[in-house]
Amino acid sequence: MARQWGMVVDLDRCTGCEACVVACHAENNIATVGEDQAARGRAMHWMRVERYWEGNFPNVRVTYRPVFCQQCGDAPCESVCPTYASYHNPEGLNAQIYNRCIGTRYCGNACPYNVRFFNFYNPVWDKPLNLQLNPDVSVRSVGIMEKCTFCIQRIKVAEFRAQAEKRPLKDEEFNPACVQSCPPKAMVFGDLDDPTSEVSRLAQSNRSTRLLEEVGTLPNVIYLRSVS
Amino acid sequence: MAAHSPEKLNEDVLRPLVRTSWRFYLTGGILASIVLAALAAFIYQVYTGIGVSGLDRPVFWGFYITNFVFWIGISHAGTLISAILRLTDARWRRPVTRCAEAITVFALLIGGMFPIIHLGRPYLFFWLFPYPSERGIWPNFHSPLLWDAFAISTYLTGSSIFLYLPTIPDFALVRDKAQGWRKKFYGFLSLGWTGTPKQWHRLEMAMRIMAVVILPVAVSVHTIVSWDFAMAPVPMWHSTVFGPYFVAGAIFSGIAALIIAMAILRKAFHLEEYLTPFHFDKLGKLLLMMSLVWAYFIIAERLTVWYGNESPEMAVYWSTQQGRFTHLFWFMVICNLAVPFLILSIKQFRNTITGPVIASTTVVIGMWIERFLIIVPPLERKYLPYSWGTYRPSWVEITITAGTFAAMALLYMIFSKLVPIISVWEMKLGWQQEGEVPRAVASQAPLPQLAPRADLPAAGN
Repeated sequence: MARQWGMVVDLDRCTGCEACVVACHAENNIATVGEDQAARGRAMHWMRVERYWEGNFPNVRVTYRPVFCQQCGDAPCESVCPTYASYHNPEGLNAQIYNRCIGTRYCGNACPYNVRFFNFYNPVWDKPLNLQLNPDVSVRSVGIMEKCTFCIQRIKVAEFRAQAEKRPLKDEEFNPACVQSCPPKAMVFGDLDDPTSEVSRLAQSNRSTRLLEEVGTLPNVIYLRSVS
Repeated sequence: MAAHSPEKLNEDVLRPLVRTSWRFYLTGGILASIVLAALAAFIYQVYTGIGVSGLDRPVFWGFYITNFVFWIGISHAGTLISAILRLTDARWRRPVTRCAEAITVFALLIGGMFPIIHLGRPYLFFWLFPYPSERGIWPNFHSPLLWDAFAISTYLTGSSIFLYLPTIPDFALVRDKAQGWRKKFYGFLSLGWTGTPKQWHRLEMAMRIMAVVILPVAVSVHTIVSWDFAMAPVPMWHSTVFGPYFVAGAIFSGIAALIIAMAILRKAFHLEEYLTPFHFDKLGKLLLMMSLVWAYFIIAERLTVWYGNESPEMAVYWSTQQGRFTHLFWFMVICNLAVPFLILSIKQFRNTITGPVIASTTVVIGMWIERFLIIVPPLERKYLPYSWGTYRPSWVEITITAGTFAAMALLYMIFSKLVPIISVWEMKLGWQQEGEVPRAVASQAPLPQLAPRADLPAAGN
């Protein structure tokens, strides 16, 4: 059954705690590049929480927006990749095939959200962090691009389990690491093509917006935000 | 014309092939050491990771892609200009075409390396080509980078043939005059040329076909290079003007490179008699025209962006007009417009050789900066302000960039020592046509009738 995985992020609930960022790093074996490299703009956070300040002190309002791969329906990163490393999988995900990537970095330029990350060096984990790598996720070498996968390893496990038990997959069964770790439950993950799923119900909300919709990328991440 | 002597021409043009001064070895040694430094820097980069460059997120492309576009632009010196001059039968082209066509081939070789140098995993560059793979994997024909690979390899093949064909009679001339290993070497290169009317006819036909074929190829190559940028939804990259803008810029920088190369050849090989101020005057006029065309394009590009006033594009626009890149931007305008305009629009300056050479030097610098300003500022200011970034080149990138300029000069020097840098037979043919055959007939007269004359290489003179 064809699905369209998607996510809803309720910005009115987000507290900017960045638990999602930490969870994402742990789940996906994302390298920490260190202070120097991070200062040069090479930090790799598949998930980042953007902070915006509105108004002047003392009447300041802070808002947060977690930004990660929007899993675009019409993704600029996919068409520009000469080797099909960046491609659209049958479940509507923007997949990145690490083995196939030769590092032209064209996808990173084409991405309007700047959510694609490049391994400028081979990743290193200080001991004992090297012992906590997630065995379900491949470690990426120098010279290749990586980005949020919607925790495709978890999707696959859930799909295989459902298949083995000969039952349809329910999207409440599992969650990507960021959704699982969100304390205020600001994020909901699921199948946007299933009209009964919570994610598609929330996507119909009159608070729903999409990031940089005007670029025409048809993102599958929906942000909920009350317009004041 | 009585003043011209075919024997003296042979002597002047073939002298560099046999006699080499210590200056050549000294210059060659200096250039080779710069090239070696660049090679070492590249090996270091491959070994350590491309992190040794100044690239970061979101500026994933920097000096390397700037060099790529710049050198592909320079390559338009030769083939395009030479093909246009051949097709329009501009008589003054004769001493110019060979040096121009050689620039094309070497600039393409150098420019074509950069997409590989800049790869994260350069050892896998061949995945860009559709070769039979046991895994049945095919490259993505939607990607402008793939179009690039095809466009550049087509252009390189075409312009190599375009350079080689009219050199064959000259190789035969050297073969007939040379001894020892040179006789064998040039004998091989001249492909058994004996100068029969049939051979002249075939050469003439092949050159006509190539001149027509190479023009659309040259235009398409730089258009496709521009599409590397124009196809991506990046503010101020995503523009329809980029195709013609890049082609015009390419011809512009190409003419400038040609003028510089000609001035150096003239001095180094004492070719004052053949590369005259007249040629520099003609090319200077062409450079002036292209300078104005370039100015037209940059106004067309920037005015529409400014007037349209879309916020993502304006962020980029202001970073070049009132931000970090302002000085660089106006320096580029001075190099590409102010200096060439002042020098080349005044006859007294244009007629000196120094004038066009100064203008060409600033144009080459200015066009390099132009490529940089097209590529980097948009990436630094891409949509979401939270992820804006800055780019600073590292010593590795600067060394490799310097190395390519040295490599260009070195390849060109070696070429000028192996190949007659002025097309001897075309010069002689020109003198014949002008001196002995009425003008109207000359342009139509088929070559075979003119060819087997005493002063053409076939006769062994």
